[in-house]
Amino acid sequence: MQIELFKISKRPRTYIAFAAISAIVLIFQFAFKADGQSYMNLLLQNVQDNFDLNRTNAINGYFMCYIILNTLLVQVPILVALIAGDAISGEANMGTLRLLLSKPVSRSQVLMVKFMASFIFTVLLLVWMAVMALFLSMMIFGTDDMLIFRVKGDESQILQITQDDVMWRYFAAFGYAAVALTVIAALALLLSIFAENSIGPIVATVCIVIICTIVSNINVPVIDRNVKPWLFTSYLVGWKGFFYIGTNEEGLPIKGSLENWPAIRNSLYILFLHIAVLMGIAMLVFRKKDILS
Amino acid sequence: MKTYMMRKLLLVMVGALIAVQLPAQEIESILQKARQKIEKVNDYEASGKMKTNVAFLKIPVANVKVYFKKPNKLKLKSEKGVSFVPKGAVNISIGNILSGEAFTVIDAGTEKLGKDILRVAKLLPTDDNSDVVLSTVYIDPVNNVIRKARTTTRENGTYELEMTYGKYAEFGLPDKLVFSFNTKDYKLPKGITFDFDDGASTPKPKQDAKPKKGRAEISFTKYEINKGISDEVFK
Repeated sequence: MQIELFKISKRPRTYIAFAAISAIVLIFQFAFKADGQSYMNLLLQNVQDNFDLNRTNAINGYFMCYIILNTLLVQVPILVALIAGDAISGEANMGTLRLLLSKPVSRSQVLMVKFMASFIFTVLLLVWMAVMALFLSMMIFGTDDMLIFRVKGDESQILQITQDDVMWRYFAAFGYAAVALTVIAALALLLSIFAENSIGPIVATVCIVIICTIVSNINVPVIDRNVKPWLFTSYLVGWKGFFYIGTNEEGLPIKGSLENWPAIRNSLYILFLHIAVLMGIAMLVFRKKDILS
Repeated sequence: MKTYMMRKLLLVMVGALIAVQLPAQEIESILQKARQKIEKVNDYEASGKMKTNVAFLKIPVANVKVYFKKPNKLKLKSEKGVSFVPKGAVNISIGNILSGEAFTVIDAGTEKLGKDILRVAKLLPTDDNSDVVLSTVYIDPVNNVIRKARTTTRENGTYELEMTYGKYAEFGLPDKLVFSFNTKDYKLPKGITFDFDDGASTPKPKQDAKPKKGRAEISFTKYEINKGISDEVFK
Protein backbone atom coordinates (compact mmCIF):
# COMPACT_ATOMS: atom_id res chain seq x y z
CA MET A 1 0.00 0.00 0.00
CA GLN A 2 2.79 2.39 0.95
CA ILE A 3 4.53 1.66 -2.35
CA GLU A 4 1.32 2.33 -4.27
CA LEU A 5 0.77 5.63 -2.47
CA PHE A 6 4.43 6.51 -3.08
CA LYS A 7 3.94 5.79 -6.80
CA ILE A 8 0.83 7.99 -6.92
CA SER A 9 2.65 10.78 -5.11
CA LYS A 10 5.50 10.66 -7.64
CA ARG A 11 3.24 11.09 -10.67
CA PRO A 12 2.88 14.69 -11.85
CA ARG A 13 -0.71 14.05 -12.92
CA THR A 14 -1.64 13.52 -9.26
CA TYR A 15 -0.90 17.16 -8.60
CA ILE A 16 -2.80 18.24 -11.71
CA ALA A 17 -5.98 17.20 -9.88
CA PHE A 18 -5.16 19.25 -6.78
CA ALA A 19 -4.05 22.23 -8.88
CA ALA A 20 -7.20 22.03 -11.01
CA ILE A 21 -9.42 22.03 -7.90
CA SER A 22 -7.50 24.95 -6.40
CA ALA A 23 -7.76 26.94 -9.64
CA ILE A 24 -11.49 26.34 -10.09
CA VAL A 25 -12.28 27.16 -6.45
CA LEU A 26 -10.18 30.35 -6.48
CA ILE A 27 -11.81 31.52 -9.72
CA PHE A 28 -15.26 30.93 -8.19
CA GLN A 29 -14.32 32.77 -5.02
CA PHE A 30 -12.89 35.71 -6.92
CA ALA A 31 -15.96 35.90 -9.19
CA PHE A 32 -18.39 35.82 -6.27
CA LYS A 33 -16.37 38.33 -4.27
CA ALA A 34 -16.40 40.66 -7.26
CA ASP A 35 -20.03 40.19 -8.34
CA GLY A 36 -21.90 37.54 -6.41
CA GLN A 37 -25.00 39.75 -6.42
CA SER A 38 -25.64 39.05 -10.11
CA TYR A 39 -25.73 35.30 -9.50
CA MET A 40 -27.99 35.84 -6.49
CA ASN A 41 -30.28 38.01 -8.65
CA LEU A 42 -30.50 35.17 -11.18
CA LEU A 43 -31.47 32.70 -8.47
CA LEU A 44 -33.92 35.01 -6.74
CA GLN A 45 -35.66 36.23 -9.91
CA ASN A 46 -39.17 37.41 -9.07
CA VAL A 47 -38.74 36.73 -5.34
CA GLN A 48 -37.10 40.16 -5.26
CA ASP A 49 -40.44 41.76 -6.20
CA ASN A 50 -42.00 40.56 -2.96
CA PHE A 51 -39.13 40.22 -0.51
CA ASP A 52 -36.07 42.07 0.68
CA LEU A 53 -33.08 39.83 1.33
CA ASN A 54 -29.82 40.86 2.98
CA ARG A 55 -27.70 39.40 0.17
CA THR A 56 -24.34 40.18 1.68
CA ASN A 57 -25.18 37.70 4.44
CA ALA A 58 -26.69 35.24 1.96
CA ILE A 59 -23.45 34.95 -0.05
CA ASN A 60 -21.44 33.36 2.75
CA GLY A 61 -18.88 30.55 3.04
CA TYR A 62 -21.49 27.78 3.34
CA PHE A 63 -23.42 28.98 0.29
CA MET A 64 -20.18 29.36 -1.69
CA CYS A 65 -19.07 25.81 -0.90
CA TYR A 66 -22.44 24.43 -2.03
CA ILE A 67 -22.26 26.35 -5.31
CA ILE A 68 -18.67 25.22 -5.90
CA LEU A 69 -19.42 21.57 -5.10
CA ASN A 70 -22.47 21.75 -7.36
CA THR A 71 -20.18 22.51 -10.28
CA LEU A 72 -17.01 20.76 -9.21
CA LEU A 73 -18.41 17.37 -8.26
CA VAL A 74 -19.47 16.95 -11.89
CA GLN A 75 -15.82 17.40 -12.99
CA VAL A 76 -14.05 15.55 -10.18
CA PRO A 77 -14.82 12.08 -11.62
CA ILE A 78 -12.45 13.03 -14.45
CA LEU A 79 -9.69 13.74 -11.92
CA VAL A 80 -10.33 10.45 -10.13
CA ALA A 81 -10.21 8.62 -13.47
CA LEU A 82 -6.78 10.16 -14.13
CA ILE A 83 -5.30 8.18 -11.26
CA ALA A 84 -7.47 5.05 -11.05
CA GLY A 85 -7.42 4.54 -14.85
CA ASP A 86 -3.65 4.42 -14.70
CA ALA A 87 -3.39 1.92 -11.83
CA ILE A 88 -2.97 -1.34 -13.84
CA SER A 89 -2.57 -0.03 -17.38
CA GLY A 90 0.27 2.26 -16.22
CA GLU A 91 2.18 -0.77 -14.94
CA ALA A 92 1.46 -2.62 -18.18
CA ASN A 93 2.63 0.34 -20.20
CA MET A 94 5.91 0.57 -18.29
CA GLY A 95 6.38 -3.19 -18.42
CA THR A 96 6.37 -3.53 -14.64
CA LEU A 97 3.10 -5.45 -14.30
CA ARG A 98 4.72 -8.87 -14.89
CA LEU A 99 7.42 -8.00 -12.39
CA LEU A 100 4.82 -6.86 -9.86
CA LEU A 101 2.81 -10.04 -10.19
CA SER A 102 5.87 -12.23 -9.81
CA LYS A 103 6.10 -11.07 -6.18
CA PRO A 104 4.68 -13.40 -3.51
CA VAL A 105 1.33 -11.66 -3.35
CA SER A 106 -1.91 -12.76 -4.95
CA ARG A 107 -3.41 -10.86 -7.89
CA SER A 108 -6.47 -10.11 -5.73
CA GLN A 109 -4.22 -8.46 -3.16
CA VAL A 110 -2.49 -6.41 -5.85
CA LEU A 111 -5.84 -5.28 -7.23
CA MET A 112 -7.23 -4.49 -3.77
CA VAL A 113 -4.14 -2.45 -2.90
CA LYS A 114 -4.49 -0.53 -6.19
CA PHE A 115 -8.16 0.05 -5.38
CA MET A 116 -7.39 1.22 -1.83
CA ALA A 117 -4.69 3.58 -3.11
CA SER A 118 -7.22 5.07 -5.58
CA PHE A 119 -9.74 5.37 -2.72
CA ILE A 120 -7.20 7.19 -0.53
CA PHE A 121 -6.40 9.53 -3.42
CA THR A 122 -10.14 10.22 -3.83
CA VAL A 123 -10.51 10.99 -0.12
CA LEU A 124 -7.46 13.28 -0.19
CA LEU A 125 -8.94 15.07 -3.18
CA LEU A 126 -12.19 15.60 -1.26
CA VAL A 127 -10.31 16.77 1.84
CA TRP A 128 -8.47 19.30 -0.34
CA MET A 129 -11.80 20.35 -1.83
CA ALA A 130 -13.20 20.82 1.68
CA VAL A 131 -10.20 22.92 2.67
CA MET A 132 -10.44 25.11 -0.43
CA ALA A 133 -14.17 25.29 -1.08
CA LEU A 134 -15.47 25.22 2.48
CA PHE A 135 -12.89 26.45 4.95
CA LEU A 136 -11.25 29.02 2.66
CA SER A 137 -14.70 30.30 1.61
CA MET A 138 -15.67 30.57 5.28
CA MET A 139 -12.59 32.71 5.84
CA ILE A 140 -13.25 34.92 2.81
CA PHE A 141 -17.03 35.25 2.95
CA GLY A 142 -17.77 34.57 6.62
CA THR A 143 -20.57 32.35 7.90
CA ASP A 144 -24.31 32.77 8.20
CA ASP A 145 -27.48 30.85 7.47
CA MET A 146 -27.35 28.84 4.26
CA LEU A 147 -29.79 29.14 1.38
CA ILE A 148 -30.48 26.20 -0.90
CA PHE A 149 -32.20 26.79 -4.22
CA ARG A 150 -33.75 23.66 -5.63
CA VAL A 151 -36.28 22.31 -8.09
CA LYS A 152 -38.44 19.57 -6.60
CA GLY A 153 -40.76 17.98 -9.12
CA ASP A 154 -42.62 20.90 -10.66
CA GLU A 155 -41.89 23.23 -7.77
CA SER A 156 -38.99 25.55 -7.14
CA GLN A 157 -38.08 26.05 -3.52
CA ILE A 158 -35.75 28.10 -1.35
CA LEU A 159 -34.64 26.33 1.81
CA GLN A 160 -32.90 28.07 4.68
CA ILE A 161 -30.63 26.15 7.04
CA THR A 162 -29.49 27.94 10.18
CA GLN A 163 -25.71 28.17 10.47
CA ASP A 164 -25.52 25.93 13.54
CA ASP A 165 -27.15 23.15 11.50
CA VAL A 166 -24.83 23.25 8.47
CA MET A 167 -21.47 21.70 9.35
CA TRP A 168 -22.62 18.13 10.01
CA ARG A 169 -24.38 18.21 6.64
CA TYR A 170 -21.10 19.05 4.92
CA PHE A 171 -19.28 16.21 6.69
CA ALA A 172 -22.05 13.82 5.64
CA ALA A 173 -22.07 15.22 2.08
CA PHE A 174 -18.30 14.80 1.71
CA GLY A 175 -18.62 11.25 3.07
CA TYR A 176 -21.30 10.53 0.48
CA ALA A 177 -19.19 12.11 -2.27
CA ALA A 178 -16.29 9.82 -1.27
CA VAL A 179 -18.51 6.77 -1.85
CA ALA A 180 -19.83 8.18 -5.15
CA LEU A 181 -16.35 8.93 -6.46
CA THR A 182 -15.13 5.51 -5.38
CA VAL A 183 -17.58 4.08 -7.93
CA ILE A 184 -15.71 6.06 -10.59
CA ALA A 185 -12.39 4.77 -9.21
CA ALA A 186 -13.69 1.17 -9.38
CA LEU A 187 -14.92 1.69 -12.94
CA ALA A 188 -11.61 3.22 -14.06
CA LEU A 189 -9.69 0.41 -12.35
CA LEU A 190 -11.80 -2.22 -14.13
CA LEU A 191 -11.21 -0.59 -17.51
CA SER A 192 -7.53 -0.22 -16.64
CA ILE A 193 -7.20 -4.02 -16.57
CA PHE A 194 -8.10 -4.28 -20.26
CA ALA A 195 -5.64 -1.68 -21.52
CA GLU A 196 -1.90 -1.49 -21.98
CA ASN A 197 -1.71 2.28 -21.77
CA SER A 198 -3.39 4.79 -19.48
CA ILE A 199 -5.13 6.97 -22.05
CA GLY A 200 -7.68 4.33 -23.08
CA PRO A 201 -9.21 3.60 -19.64
CA ILE A 202 -9.10 7.28 -18.59
CA VAL A 203 -10.89 8.43 -21.76
CA ALA A 204 -13.32 5.50 -21.62
CA THR A 205 -14.20 6.27 -17.99
CA VAL A 206 -14.72 9.95 -18.75
CA CYS A 207 -16.90 9.09 -21.76
CA ILE A 208 -19.04 6.68 -19.71
CA VAL A 209 -19.46 9.30 -16.97
CA ILE A 210 -20.39 12.02 -19.48
CA ILE A 211 -22.89 9.86 -21.37
CA CYS A 212 -24.50 8.55 -18.19
CA THR A 213 -24.65 12.07 -16.69
CA ILE A 214 -26.38 13.39 -19.79
CA VAL A 215 -28.90 10.53 -19.72
CA SER A 216 -29.42 11.13 -15.98
CA ASN A 217 -30.35 14.73 -16.69
CA ILE A 218 -32.75 14.07 -19.56
CA ASN A 219 -36.28 14.62 -18.31
CA VAL A 220 -38.24 12.08 -20.30
CA PRO A 221 -40.68 9.94 -18.28
CA VAL A 222 -39.74 6.67 -20.03
CA ILE A 223 -36.05 7.26 -19.24
CA ASP A 224 -36.89 8.45 -15.72
CA ARG A 225 -38.64 5.16 -14.99
CA ASN A 226 -36.59 2.59 -16.88
CA VAL A 227 -33.05 3.88 -17.33
CA LYS A 228 -32.13 6.38 -14.62
CA PRO A 229 -32.52 4.01 -11.66
CA TRP A 230 -29.79 1.79 -13.20
CA LEU A 231 -27.25 4.54 -13.82
CA PHE A 232 -24.74 5.30 -11.08
CA THR A 233 -24.60 8.92 -12.28
CA SER A 234 -28.20 9.36 -11.09
CA TYR A 235 -26.87 8.94 -7.55
CA LEU A 236 -23.69 11.03 -7.80
CA VAL A 237 -25.58 14.16 -6.74
CA GLY A 238 -27.15 12.36 -3.76
CA TRP A 239 -24.88 14.37 -1.43
CA LYS A 240 -27.32 17.23 -1.93
CA GLY A 241 -29.93 15.22 -0.06
CA PHE A 242 -28.12 16.18 3.16
CA PHE A 243 -29.02 19.81 2.47
CA TYR A 244 -32.70 19.14 1.78
CA ILE A 245 -33.89 19.92 5.27
CA GLY A 246 -37.13 18.38 6.53
CA THR A 247 -40.08 20.70 7.19
CA ASN A 248 -43.18 20.50 9.37
CA GLU A 249 -46.79 20.91 8.18
CA GLU A 250 -46.41 24.69 8.33
CA GLY A 251 -43.38 24.58 6.01
CA LEU A 252 -40.93 25.50 8.78
CA PRO A 253 -37.55 23.73 8.58
CA ILE A 254 -36.83 21.22 11.35
CA LYS A 255 -33.29 21.64 12.64
CA GLY A 256 -31.13 18.53 12.27
CA SER A 257 -33.61 16.78 9.98
CA LEU A 258 -33.40 15.40 6.45
CA GLU A 259 -36.31 15.53 4.06
CA ASN A 260 -35.77 12.05 2.68
CA TRP A 261 -33.13 9.97 4.48
CA PRO A 262 -34.40 6.67 3.00
CA ALA A 263 -33.69 8.00 -0.52
CA ILE A 264 -30.12 8.94 0.49
CA ARG A 265 -29.61 5.59 2.22
CA ASN A 266 -30.91 3.69 -0.82
CA SER A 267 -28.63 5.73 -3.09
CA LEU A 268 -25.69 4.80 -0.88
CA TYR A 269 -26.66 1.11 -1.06
CA ILE A 270 -26.83 1.34 -4.86
CA LEU A 271 -23.41 3.02 -5.01
CA PHE A 272 -21.91 0.37 -2.71
CA LEU A 273 -23.48 -2.28 -4.94
CA HIS A 274 -21.84 -0.67 -7.99
CA ILE A 275 -18.47 -0.71 -6.23
CA ALA A 276 -18.90 -4.37 -5.27
CA VAL A 277 -20.01 -5.42 -8.77
CA LEU A 278 -17.29 -3.44 -10.58
CA MET A 279 -14.58 -4.68 -8.25
CA GLY A 280 -15.95 -8.23 -8.44
CA ILE A 281 -15.74 -8.17 -12.23
CA ALA A 282 -12.28 -6.55 -12.04
CA MET A 283 -11.13 -9.29 -9.66
CA LEU A 284 -12.47 -12.09 -11.91
CA VAL A 285 -10.92 -10.62 -15.04
CA PHE A 286 -7.58 -9.74 -13.46
CA ARG A 287 -7.12 -13.18 -11.88
CA LYS A 288 -7.61 -14.91 -15.23
CA LYS A 289 -5.84 -12.36 -17.39
CA ASP A 290 -2.79 -13.36 -19.39
CA ILE A 291 -0.08 -10.91 -18.49
CA LEU A 292 1.93 -10.30 -21.62
CA SER A 293 3.60 -7.03 -20.73
CA MET B 1 -102.23 72.60 0.52
CA LYS B 2 -99.35 73.04 -1.90
CA THR B 3 -97.26 74.80 0.78
CA TYR B 4 -97.99 71.99 3.25
CA MET B 5 -96.82 69.41 0.72
CA MET B 6 -93.64 71.41 0.04
CA ARG B 7 -92.86 71.63 3.78
CA LYS B 8 -93.43 67.89 4.20
CA LEU B 9 -91.10 67.13 1.29
CA LEU B 10 -88.44 69.43 2.70
CA LEU B 11 -88.70 67.70 6.10
CA VAL B 12 -88.27 64.29 4.51
CA MET B 13 -85.22 65.49 2.57
CA VAL B 14 -83.58 67.04 5.64
CA GLY B 15 -84.34 63.84 7.62
CA ALA B 16 -82.77 61.70 4.91
CA LEU B 17 -79.71 63.93 4.81
CA ILE B 18 -79.31 63.70 8.60
CA ALA B 19 -79.79 59.92 8.46
CA VAL B 20 -76.91 59.65 5.95
CA GLN B 21 -74.63 62.10 7.78
CA LEU B 22 -75.03 60.66 11.30
CA PRO B 23 -73.43 57.21 10.75
CA ALA B 24 -70.58 58.88 8.82
CA GLN B 25 -69.94 61.16 11.75
CA GLU B 26 -70.23 58.22 14.12
CA ILE B 27 -67.70 56.08 12.22
CA GLU B 28 -65.35 59.03 12.01
CA SER B 29 -65.59 59.45 15.76
CA ILE B 30 -64.89 55.74 16.32
CA LEU B 31 -61.95 55.94 13.95
CA GLN B 32 -60.75 59.08 15.68
CA LYS B 33 -60.73 57.30 19.06
CA ALA B 34 -58.63 54.47 17.62
CA ARG B 35 -56.34 57.01 16.01
CA GLN B 36 -55.90 58.92 19.28
CA LYS B 37 -54.51 55.77 20.90
CA ILE B 38 -52.05 55.26 18.06
CA GLU B 39 -51.03 58.91 18.11
CA LYS B 40 -49.78 58.56 21.68
CA VAL B 41 -46.86 56.67 20.12
CA ASN B 42 -44.14 58.85 18.62
CA ASP B 43 -41.76 55.95 18.08
CA TYR B 44 -41.27 52.38 19.15
CA GLU B 45 -38.84 49.51 18.93
CA ALA B 46 -40.52 46.12 19.10
CA SER B 47 -38.93 42.69 19.42
CA GLY B 48 -40.70 39.64 18.14
CA LYS B 49 -40.65 36.40 16.23
CA MET B 50 -41.68 36.25 12.59
CA LYS B 51 -43.06 33.10 11.01
CA THR B 52 -43.26 33.34 7.21
CA ASN B 53 -45.60 31.11 5.31
CA VAL B 54 -45.05 31.22 1.54
CA ALA B 55 -45.39 28.08 -0.60
CA PHE B 56 -41.87 28.15 -2.06
CA LEU B 57 -40.03 29.46 1.01
CA LYS B 58 -38.96 26.99 3.68
CA ILE B 59 -37.42 29.34 6.21
CA PRO B 60 -37.21 29.17 9.98
CA VAL B 61 -38.87 31.47 12.49
CA ALA B 62 -36.81 34.68 12.60
CA ASN B 63 -36.14 36.94 15.56
CA VAL B 64 -37.07 40.38 14.28
CA LYS B 65 -37.05 43.95 15.43
CA VAL B 66 -39.58 46.47 14.18
CA TYR B 67 -38.72 50.16 14.37
CA PHE B 68 -41.33 52.88 13.93
CA LYS B 69 -41.04 56.64 13.99
CA LYS B 70 -43.69 59.22 13.26
CA PRO B 71 -45.04 60.10 10.82
CA ASN B 72 -44.55 56.94 8.74
CA LYS B 73 -41.04 55.52 9.06
CA LEU B 74 -41.00 51.78 9.59
CA LYS B 75 -38.22 49.21 9.37
CA LEU B 76 -38.39 45.47 9.93
CA LYS B 77 -35.01 43.86 10.56
CA SER B 78 -33.92 40.36 11.34
CA GLU B 79 -31.74 40.25 14.47
CA LYS B 80 -29.37 37.72 12.93
CA GLY B 81 -29.11 35.39 9.99
CA VAL B 82 -30.35 35.64 6.45
CA SER B 83 -33.90 36.96 6.34
CA PHE B 84 -36.65 37.35 3.80
CA VAL B 85 -38.64 40.45 4.73
CA PRO B 86 -41.91 40.98 2.82
CA LYS B 87 -41.62 44.21 0.85
CA GLY B 88 -45.06 45.46 1.90
CA ALA B 89 -44.06 45.13 5.55
CA VAL B 90 -44.24 48.92 5.87
CA ASN B 91 -47.99 48.39 5.95
CA ILE B 92 -47.81 46.42 9.19
CA SER B 93 -48.07 49.73 11.02
CA ILE B 94 -51.67 50.72 11.30
CA GLY B 95 -50.40 54.21 12.11
CA ASN B 96 -49.02 54.38 8.58
CA ILE B 97 -52.44 53.64 7.17
CA LEU B 98 -54.27 56.15 9.34
CA SER B 99 -51.73 58.92 9.44
CA GLY B 100 -51.03 58.82 5.71
CA GLU B 101 -52.75 60.97 3.15
CA ALA B 102 -56.12 62.61 3.62
CA PHE B 103 -59.04 60.29 2.99
CA THR B 104 -62.79 60.17 2.95
CA VAL B 105 -64.36 57.82 5.47
CA ILE B 106 -67.35 55.72 4.46
CA ASP B 107 -69.32 53.67 6.94
CA ALA B 108 -69.50 50.08 5.69
CA GLY B 109 -71.59 48.64 8.51
CA THR B 110 -70.56 45.96 10.93
CA GLU B 111 -68.87 42.57 10.73
CA LYS B 112 -68.45 39.79 13.26
CA LEU B 113 -64.91 38.65 14.07
CA GLY B 114 -65.02 35.80 16.55
CA LYS B 115 -67.34 36.97 19.31
CA ASP B 116 -66.84 40.66 18.65
CA ILE B 117 -68.90 42.94 16.48
CA LEU B 118 -66.61 45.28 14.59
CA ARG B 119 -67.39 48.51 12.80
CA VAL B 120 -66.17 48.61 9.22
CA ALA B 121 -64.86 51.81 7.65
CA LYS B 122 -63.66 52.29 4.11
CA LEU B 123 -60.99 54.92 3.66
CA LEU B 124 -60.77 56.47 0.22
CA PRO B 125 -57.70 58.63 -0.41
CA THR B 126 -58.61 62.05 -1.71
CA ASP B 127 -55.42 62.27 -3.77
CA ASP B 128 -56.04 60.71 -7.19
CA ASN B 129 -52.36 59.82 -7.54
CA SER B 130 -52.12 57.95 -4.25
CA ASP B 131 -50.66 54.42 -4.46
CA VAL B 132 -53.37 53.27 -2.03
CA VAL B 133 -56.63 52.72 -3.83
CA LEU B 134 -58.72 51.72 -0.83
CA SER B 135 -58.20 50.79 2.81
CA THR B 136 -60.83 48.94 4.77
CA VAL B 137 -60.43 48.97 8.53
CA TYR B 138 -62.33 46.88 11.05
CA ILE B 139 -62.56 48.71 14.37
CA ASP B 140 -63.34 47.27 17.78
CA PRO B 141 -65.64 50.05 19.11
CA VAL B 142 -65.38 48.80 22.71
CA ASN B 143 -61.58 48.86 23.01
CA ASN B 144 -61.05 51.47 20.29
CA VAL B 145 -58.46 49.43 18.41
CA ILE B 146 -58.21 48.34 14.80
CA ARG B 147 -58.48 44.57 14.59
CA LYS B 148 -58.21 44.10 10.87
CA ALA B 149 -57.23 46.17 7.84
CA ARG B 150 -57.14 45.52 4.13
CA THR B 151 -55.22 47.88 1.85
CA THR B 152 -55.40 47.70 -1.91
CA THR B 153 -52.56 49.40 -3.75
CA ARG B 154 -52.00 50.18 -7.41
CA GLU B 155 -48.54 48.65 -7.64
CA ASN B 156 -48.24 45.97 -4.97
CA GLY B 157 -51.60 44.23 -4.79
CA THR B 158 -53.61 43.82 -1.63
CA TYR B 159 -52.24 43.58 1.92
CA GLU B 160 -54.22 42.31 4.85
CA LEU B 161 -53.53 42.74 8.55
CA GLU B 162 -55.11 40.98 11.48
CA MET B 163 -54.17 42.05 14.96
CA THR B 164 -54.59 40.64 18.43
CA TYR B 165 -54.10 42.99 21.35
CA GLY B 166 -52.81 42.48 24.86
CA LYS B 167 -50.75 44.57 27.24
CA TYR B 168 -49.97 47.33 24.75
CA ALA B 169 -53.59 47.86 23.69
CA GLU B 170 -53.65 51.31 25.33
CA PHE B 171 -51.17 52.45 22.64
CA GLY B 172 -53.02 50.60 19.87
CA LEU B 173 -50.05 48.27 19.44
CA PRO B 174 -50.75 44.58 18.84
CA ASP B 175 -49.17 41.61 20.62
CA LYS B 176 -49.58 39.56 17.48
CA LEU B 177 -50.21 40.44 13.89
CA VAL B 178 -50.79 38.41 10.79
CA PHE B 179 -49.75 40.11 7.57
CA SER B 180 -51.05 38.63 4.31
CA PHE B 181 -49.70 39.68 0.93
CA ASN B 182 -49.65 38.66 -2.71
CA THR B 183 -46.71 36.65 -4.01
CA LYS B 184 -45.72 35.50 -7.46
CA ASP B 185 -44.83 31.99 -8.56
CA TYR B 186 -41.16 31.11 -8.17
CA LYS B 187 -39.61 29.03 -10.91
CA LEU B 188 -35.95 28.07 -11.22
CA PRO B 189 -34.67 26.63 -14.48
CA LYS B 190 -33.92 22.95 -13.75
CA GLY B 191 -30.49 23.03 -15.43
CA ILE B 192 -29.09 25.54 -12.94
CA THR B 193 -29.31 23.42 -9.85
CA PHE B 194 -28.58 19.76 -10.94
CA ASP B 195 -30.88 18.50 -8.22
CA PHE B 196 -30.91 15.15 -6.53
CA ASP B 197 -34.13 13.45 -7.54
CA ASP B 198 -35.10 11.53 -4.40
CA GLY B 199 -38.21 10.13 -6.05
CA ALA B 200 -40.53 12.01 -3.70
CA SER B 201 -43.53 13.15 -5.70
CA THR B 202 -44.90 16.65 -5.26
CA PRO B 203 -48.37 17.71 -6.29
CA LYS B 204 -48.30 19.74 -9.48
CA PRO B 205 -48.99 23.39 -8.60
CA LYS B 206 -52.23 24.67 -10.06
CA GLN B 207 -51.66 27.06 -12.94
CA ASP B 208 -54.39 29.54 -12.10
CA ALA B 209 -54.39 33.24 -12.77
CA LYS B 210 -55.12 34.12 -9.15
CA PRO B 211 -52.23 35.68 -7.28
CA LYS B 212 -50.69 33.47 -4.60
CA LYS B 213 -51.00 34.52 -0.97
CA GLY B 214 -48.19 34.70 1.52
CA ARG B 215 -48.44 35.22 5.25
CA ALA B 216 -46.08 36.58 7.86
CA GLU B 217 -47.07 36.15 11.48
CA ILE B 218 -45.26 38.34 14.01
CA SER B 219 -45.63 37.72 17.74
CA PHE B 220 -44.26 40.67 19.68
CA THR B 221 -42.64 40.05 23.02
CA LYS B 222 -41.61 43.58 23.96
CA TYR B 223 -42.21 47.20 22.93
CA GLU B 224 -40.06 50.13 23.90
CA ILE B 225 -42.33 53.11 23.33
CA ASN B 226 -41.36 56.76 22.97
CA LYS B 227 -37.71 56.21 23.89
CA GLY B 228 -36.46 57.96 20.76
CA ILE B 229 -35.06 56.26 17.63
CA SER B 230 -32.28 57.55 15.40
CA ASP B 231 -33.11 58.14 11.74
CA GLU B 232 -30.05 56.03 10.87
CA VAL B 233 -32.05 52.91 11.74
CA PHE B 234 -34.40 53.50 8.82
CA LYS B 235 -31.67 53.81 6.17
